Amino acid sequence: MKLHITQADYDALRAHGEETYPHECCGVLLGHAKDDGNHVSAIVRAGNTRTDSAHNRYNISPMELIKIQREGRKQGLDIVGFYHSHPDHPAMWSSTDFAEAHWFGCCYVITSVDKGKANLTNAFHLSGTTEDDKAFQQEEILITKAVGENA
Amino acid sequence: MKINIPTPLRAFTDKQATVEVNGATVQAGLDALVAAHPELKNHLFTPDGKLRSFVNVYLNDDDVRYLPAAEASAVSADDELTIIPSIAGGAGRPGVGASRVLCCR
Repeated sequence: MKLHITQADYDALRAHGEETYPHECCGVLLGHAKDDGNHVSAIVRAGNTRTDSAHNRYNISPMELIKIQREGRKQGLDIVGFYHSHPDHPAMWSSTDFAEAHWFGCCYVITSVDKGKANLTNAFHLSGTTEDDKAFQQEEILITKAVGENA
Repeated sequence: MKINIPTPLRAFTDKQATVEVNGATVQAGLDALVAAHPELKNHLFTPDGKLRSFVNVYLNDDDVRYLPAAEASAVSADDELTIIPSIAGGAGRPGVGASRVLCCR
């Protein structure tokens, strides 16, 4: 399983983390789930509602998520994952990330932003079907050509 | 009414993104959904029948938890329910709140 994403979307989610530094950014990956992994067709920035602790927490309001989901459906896209940044912190999932992960089959992308500069970006697939058997599994990020882009 | 199913729960609705059910209240709609797709029950509800804390249910644009009648709120055939699991996290440890931590796990 791999996360398939265009260079432009990959760069954009990393840039988002630099813009919000020293706070965490967050957003949604829209696309399609296929046999070889989740394919991202668009990323959508979201607001971080955790203004009380934005340097090490993020939360997307459910209503904003619903609106993103509605807009995605109009384009034939589903939510296939999320992204957020870890300011001055490794690009590894934290115990908080794991405890708050409930979107099975989706991909959680984390970018470490060190001193304002995006460093590593890792993708973790949430496997399992229940809170008891869920697990994060790191997966390769495969940069794909955008539609219409020459090989 | 129409119930929108989030991607992680479609494994239990035969991959359907929306499910049509009949019911006069939010609770009746959810009950009808679970009756049609029993595997959803444990994902949506605690053993004592309450919505799991990370499962949000919206009636159109309103969070059902904050409606005056909550799950007993009346619905019409044109209404839309949306089940949306929460999305949150961050580098900090659970329960640590605003304190900065250095270790991931």
